[in-house]
Amino acid sequence: MKVNVTVNGVAHSVDHVWALESLLDFLRERVGLRGTKNACEQGECGSCSVYVDGVLVCSCLVAAVQVEGRSVVTVEGLASDGGVHPVQQAFLDAGAVQCGFCTPGMVVAAHCLLAGHPDPDDLTVREELSGNLCRCTGYQKILDAVSLAAERSGAAP
Amino acid sequence: MTVTGPTMTVTETPTRTATPSVVDGVGASAARPDGLPKVDGSFIYSSDEYHDGSLWGVTLRSPHPRARILGIDTSQAEGLDGVRCVLTHRDVPGSRTYGMKVYDQPVLAFDEVRYQGEPVAVVAATHPEIARRACDLIVVDYEELVPDTDPEMSLTGQVEGLFGGGLARHIKIRHGDVGAARAAADVVIEGRYELGTQDPAFLGPESGLAVPLGDGGVELYVSCQNLHLDQQQVADCLDLPLDKVRLVLSGVGGAFGGKEDLNVHIHACMLALRTARPVRMVYSREESFFGHVHRHPAIADIELGASRDGRLVFSKVRLVLDGGAYTSTSQVVIANGCYFAAGAYDVANVEIDGFATYTNNPPCGAMRGFGAVQSCYAIESAMDRLAAALDMHPLELRMRNAISEGDLLPTGQPVDGPAPVQEILAYLRDLPLPPDADHEAADMRARPGGVGNVTRGEGIRRGVGYALGMKAIGFSGGMDDTCTARVTVWIRDGEPVAEVYCAGPELGQGVVTLEAQIARSELGVRTVELRDKDTDIEESGASSASRQSWMTAGAVAGACGLVRDEILARAAAYLGRPAAGLVLDGREIRDQDGQRLVSVADVLGPESVSHPFTYRHRPTEPVDPERGQGNAHIAFAYAAHRAVVDVDIELGLVRVVEMATAQDVGKAMNPAGVEGQIEGGTVQGLGLAVMEELQITGGRIRNPSFTDYLIPTMLDVPPMPMKIFEFPHPDSPYGLNGVGEPPNLSSTPAVLNALRNATGLELPRAPVRPSDLVVEPSVQTGIA
Repeated sequence: MKVNVTVNGVAHSVDHVWALESLLDFLRERVGLRGTKNACEQGECGSCSVYVDGVLVCSCLVAAVQVEGRSVVTVEGLASDGGVHPVQQAFLDAGAVQCGFCTPGMVVAAHCLLAGHPDPDDLTVREELSGNLCRCTGYQKILDAVSLAAERSGAAP
Repeated sequence: MTVTGPTMTVTETPTRTATPSVVDGVGASAARPDGLPKVDGSFIYSSDEYHDGSLWGVTLRSPHPRARILGIDTSQAEGLDGVRCVLTHRDVPGSRTYGMKVYDQPVLAFDEVRYQGEPVAVVAATHPEIARRACDLIVVDYEELVPDTDPEMSLTGQVEGLFGGGLARHIKIRHGDVGAARAAADVVIEGRYELGTQDPAFLGPESGLAVPLGDGGVELYVSCQNLHLDQQQVADCLDLPLDKVRLVLSGVGGAFGGKEDLNVHIHACMLALRTARPVRMVYSREESFFGHVHRHPAIADIELGASRDGRLVFSKVRLVLDGGAYTSTSQVVIANGCYFAAGAYDVANVEIDGFATYTNNPPCGAMRGFGAVQSCYAIESAMDRLAAALDMHPLELRMRNAISEGDLLPTGQPVDGPAPVQEILAYLRDLPLPPDADHEAADMRARPGGVGNVTRGEGIRRGVGYALGMKAIGFSGGMDDTCTARVTVWIRDGEPVAEVYCAGPELGQGVVTLEAQIARSELGVRTVELRDKDTDIEESGASSASRQSWMTAGAVAGACGLVRDEILARAAAYLGRPAAGLVLDGREIRDQDGQRLVSVADVLGPESVSHPFTYRHRPTEPVDPERGQGNAHIAFAYAAHRAVVDVDIELGLVRVVEMATAQDVGKAMNPAGVEGQIEGGTVQGLGLAVMEELQITGGRIRNPSFTDYLIPTMLDVPPMPMKIFEFPHPDSPYGLNGVGEPPNLSSTPAVLNALRNATGLELPRAPVRPSDLVVEPSVQTGIA
């Protein structure tokens, strides 16, 4: 099958996509964007989080053919100017990265959280990011990063 | 932030005078050098490795926990379009077996399969799906055998068909006279404590890329914990000299011990050499559960005796760790479990028997804490039982018996180095408890069970529990442990640049950050470049045993010292004055009054200065086989936790409300990194207490997925107030001590003790299940 999709603002037209190929494999192997990670293939860990038409999804649970004509944004596309997005900067500044394998998905999910809740309370952050597993940090510094990003965006008091 | 930063420093003891103007040197929460690529998605993990024209390798694994292999027919698989080769045990060029301590694990099974998931064949194909379909076409003729899965049977050493009759090692520690002490004890308690099998559950799966080289050798980009030990095993199995097998550390997505054993290594190399094409292998999550070792499940029988005033008089422990089908590190894990089975307490009479067994269960090996997690869980559970028998507060019992500097361990070794256990426990004693929750008014996300809960807040009981842990840091028992680093300084655009080259694997713990911090502190340079970690330099040992910061710091600081000495010697020659009065301050050479004499750029010109340095810690000795006595360790680290839990005693649901902890780290080399290690280790212990268990029945794993094997989410973890003590270790670089494992020890039993406190139940097994926690209505009213 052929899939036409915009990824991080760039149009891609890819032939010979397998019917059951996941968007995750499509992004990693066909488009060559390996920032999106595969850690469970079941939608449990959130490492493959991306936006499809502005909706946060686990790309392992979406078939590549389902994004025909749609727009996908991955971790590589969060920063508009080739730098880092403020959410990414907050992860760096808060020490929220250890092995980093969860980080791309966590950053995309945190980006989505803050878009919907510019000043989230603690339980809201925990609930919204509970679909993103991290095995290294114990999450405290990720919570700190989200708080820092919210604070810097000016929404927090 | 709920954490308090490092707050107490007894004395500042860097081994050398750091340049005062250094930014992001030792002791600073310097940023990770790999942080930016990790947040923007450009960091290359071993599962991201790519090479033009590469094939995909896939492993066929045994569906049976035990079976005889009567034949393997690969012809149909080889005939599938897109398949480039199918390899079995007949194709292993060298040693048919490998292993970290004993070569007993087959590269590909050749006579019997001994656990479910054991590799039997590997396929290389143009697409991973083709390779998987080819695996389905391989016909293996198995004669199924009844698996031996009971470690209590195995420890007799009489089980036919298992290595050693089932017994991998029996450790005996005898100290003092337990019989006499028991006769004199006022109070004696006994208990049996069981611990299920924990999975390291690193997020980055086992994976790698093997590239065949023109000279018959191979290059392997892989995630692992010890490049050189892996290189040796791979070379032996490929029948290649070491210089034809080059390993390069790729990005490691967490390890926690589970990447100490080989995974894709030999298979990927065999496929690459056979096909003369690069080969990528990436395990799926399900395969990963079969592709690495787990934490040994444990059964511990403990008997403790005390005087009426709460002084421990004896400790008797029998610890059984099931190592599963192959040895991995079981013999060392059981030793480490036994060394600390009597806990961080001063007790004169100790008898410990530890057994590591073979069964047809999944292989177990290293996981963060390395045996001490199991024994800490057991002794700390027993201490609470003893406290109840003495009618004494559990924290008071611990403080009365806490080990201190100079006390003898059960192995006869005197505790040297700081042992600030009283200070650690006092922090937990004095820290205010979190306020009681008004469950009926609370947000349901804050109640036990969370949003999936059906409680309205009734039947919830709060409990508080304490636990204390101790563990050796670094390799023990007579291993000569070395770590080599090379540091090179040259001038770029007038500025000195330092390159650090050391093979100690970065797993996420941040050793690369320390490498850069040390170079900045020692040389005053601003720019530090870190070379890729590979086997072209001498070994650094494993990122395990909480040792890599210590060892790498020793090696990098040593190499920096040699580089600095040479720069100063060259400056002395340049200036025509003795080196003794010269000071290297980043880009300048100064005299002792701080007067600038010449720039480093002028001294070096186009030349570079480069030195390797090999660091060794002090020698250790093995313990004797009969009484387990000996000075086996270089250092000890201590941590304790106080857990606060809410339990719904009608539904068996738990919410951990708070995990407070204190730990001595010697020197917080990177305070943010230390906090991250403590938080992460605490949460892994919380997971083992309340949710993480591989369900294994008849040798078969029933829950090999993140849907069924649960690790804590952000909603499961509580605030973690902490206190980091910095009592400098006397003979480590910068006074640091190991940090990674201690927070993983006492976390689990602290939660269990809190659950016991909340429910009044014995809870002899962890992780607890909801059914364990339901309190019969008839006794519910009796609970405080």
